[in-house]
Amino acid sequence: MHIHLFDQFQSGSSFLHRLDARVKIVVGLVTILAVTLTPTAAYPAFVLHGCWIMFLMIAARIQVRPVLKRSLIALPFALAAITLIFTVPGEVIWNLPLTHWAISQEGLARFLSVVVRSWLSVLIAILLSTTTQPTDLLWAFHALKMPSMLLGIISFMIRYVFVLSDEGTRMHRARESRSASPMDGKKPKSLLLWRFKVTGWMVGQLFLRSYSRSDRVYQAMASRGYRGELRRLGTPKLETRNLILGAAVVLVAVIISWSA
Amino acid sequence: MPHHAIEIFNLTYDYPDGRRAVNDVTLSVAPGEKVALVGPNGAGKSTLMLHLNGILNPTHGEIVVGGMEVNDRNLGKIRAMVGLVFQDPDDQLFSPTVFDDVAFGPLHMGYEEEQVYQLVESALNSVDMSGYSDRLSHHLSMGEKKRIAIATVLSMDTMLLVLDEPSAGLDPRARRCLIDLMREMPQTMLVATHDMRLVQELIPRTVIMDEGMIVADGDTVDLLANEELLHAHGLERP
Amino acid sequence: MLLSTNLHVPDGFLSIPLSLVGWLLAALLVALALRKTNIYLSERQVPLMGILASFVFAAQMINFPIAGGTSGHFLGGALTAILMGPWAATLIMTAVIAIQGLIFQDGGLIAMGWNIINMGILTAFTGYLVYRLSARYTSSNRTALIIGGAVGGWLSVLIGAIATAVELAVSGTSALTVALPPMVGVHVLIGIGEALITAAALVFVHRTRPDLIRGSQIRPTDQSAKWIWVGLSIVLLLTMLSPLASSSPDGLEHVAENTGFSEQAQEPSYSLLEDYSIPIKGDANLLTILAGVIGAAVVFGTAISLGRLRQIEKTEEIDAHTSI
Repeated sequence: MHIHLFDQFQSGSSFLHRLDARVKIVVGLVTILAVTLTPTAAYPAFVLHGCWIMFLMIAARIQVRPVLKRSLIALPFALAAITLIFTVPGEVIWNLPLTHWAISQEGLARFLSVVVRSWLSVLIAILLSTTTQPTDLLWAFHALKMPSMLLGIISFMIRYVFVLSDEGTRMHRARESRSASPMDGKKPKSLLLWRFKVTGWMVGQLFLRSYSRSDRVYQAMASRGYRGELRRLGTPKLETRNLILGAAVVLVAVIISWSA
Repeated sequence: MPHHAIEIFNLTYDYPDGRRAVNDVTLSVAPGEKVALVGPNGAGKSTLMLHLNGILNPTHGEIVVGGMEVNDRNLGKIRAMVGLVFQDPDDQLFSPTVFDDVAFGPLHMGYEEEQVYQLVESALNSVDMSGYSDRLSHHLSMGEKKRIAIATVLSMDTMLLVLDEPSAGLDPRARRCLIDLMREMPQTMLVATHDMRLVQELIPRTVIMDEGMIVADGDTVDLLANEELLHAHGLERP
Repeated sequence: MLLSTNLHVPDGFLSIPLSLVGWLLAALLVALALRKTNIYLSERQVPLMGILASFVFAAQMINFPIAGGTSGHFLGGALTAILMGPWAATLIMTAVIAIQGLIFQDGGLIAMGWNIINMGILTAFTGYLVYRLSARYTSSNRTALIIGGAVGGWLSVLIGAIATAVELAVSGTSALTVALPPMVGVHVLIGIGEALITAAALVFVHRTRPDLIRGSQIRPTDQSAKWIWVGLSIVLLLTMLSPLASSSPDGLEHVAENTGFSEQAQEPSYSLLEDYSIPIKGDANLLTILAGVIGAAVVFGTAISLGRLRQIEKTEEIDAHTSI
């Protein structure tokens, strides 16, 4: 019955799992930055980056296959960059038959570089989410001084996304259960428009239920002392070894990019 | 210790659209007493309960809890004293982890971190759910959620528990666990419920509410024997 | 995919300087949104907006088929803005996009600034402004919701798509003249789905709890209406220009011819736009510049409209405080 949306996290006790979440977020961002700054056609650097990420994944003892599968998510977007192979001036590799278009070597290199960098970035992001619990991420945001209101919104969102998607699923199933075909085999008229309308109604219904629920949640919060300001426990001190470890991880990536 | 835990005097509540939800209710509950609040849906049970910690304000009448009048000035103290457990645990458990939820109450009461940790631990112990601190609320079963929901108010060291349909939606085993738990708890209790067997087994005094008014108040055994009375107010014998 | 139905830009497609600009802009607008919502809403705002964020998240799972085997997704920015006001909607959409990027890798981390702007802020304000405009010209609330919701929803998706295409072009990843027409084309269709669902949802809410629709009671003045028209016209102009770009013989053929040149003749126009990686010359050249100018004008026009709105909203603060 439950959609386990946040189950990217793979539990473990590797050094990556235990690394302070604040450090992890910063490390992740900087590493992605380093990867994105790797120059075009610096293929050795790309390979090194890939090896480093693979090493981290193995060291974190997480299952690599689901990670790789997941990393393909950004691939369709690669098509947005496909024009590069035609538009970058340079040595022509292949003339597209029946058109004036030609693929240039530089263009191909540009395109491949964009795709590889993007894929590496996604891998890093997945590494972050598989080794960090969502609740630790929230904690890290708090420690990184995210404004309290925004953090609160994100916290409630994470908490209630299942509840709401469950409700949505139930509504959807109820609708499907009542969506029989007409007995005489004919297609009902203007089905598409009607389906959009019903979907819109369901969205409206879900909104109203969300609103009511938020009222009840507010009452529950008020009953336990909430007066408008969410209080949280303090954050533990950042141990130096976290910083050292984080810096080391980042440094490798930076060196790889720099040397290219 | 105040003479009565709850004293309600002529409480009347009208909805914004004018409908009368609670009509001139007078009720007293002694410290440590367990009282069942039964009646058909729409009788005003939940509405009445929301007055006990100041979520709703009476149109007429007065409420005194633990010797303190329920008004805006005393809200902080009242809410520490009165633990309201809502019907849908998903409304009650609104924090990411179990720990966060059980810690919410004491945190907002201003306790120091050390004390908060202790209160959370003892509250989870009381409901037999120690070790659940780091669990994510949405991963729990209904029975587990109901117990954690109770823990979220126990951690505030409440002396008065107000429970709205505690056994609703529980399978027999979880329900049994809950009843055993409730039996052990020393707090004063006001329990709104449709579960007549729970009332019969656990709660010595019953108050029947219908159409916003109290129509009967007395010994559970006596009231449950009166079939006519029960039927007149949409109830059945267990 | 020129035909990407997904507006979540991953990392690696936008240039770093542009991404930083996006982050700064997003941070600024989110900070502004935080301040604004503090004025309008009360203690209930945090659980309300949080749960609505999960509502949007759940609603975004709705997908519908459009032409040729592709499907589009419901975005919800316009709907949320009409229901909750644009600033609250900004916060709600930011939360959704942030978690989508961080935990689901739907959208990059460095690109998140622009993703928040494209899918959260531009959609919210477009939807809201169009709705207010329609409220000004219709007497019935319900009609305003239908028209405003439909057109606002449609336009919000379109603007998000155009903005994404422009950002990709500025980064040198996509040739604007080639990418924009199909982007626009596809999202014109996806926008229809968004329009229908948005309008139907609003009608439903209006039937049951009209008091929950925040935008209902506010009517824009003539001044702000004028600016909204300016902004909208510019966007529509851009939309109409894009098919011209592809049908223009200059566009593609010039591109092709130039890359096909064995004699690498360095025309002056090459060096001018070298970082765009588009070896174009002539009219297509101008078109790209024009696109940039138009894009800026859209942002500018929207900002002016917001400025005007602020003045109106100030006087409505008293009413707004009691209505929710």
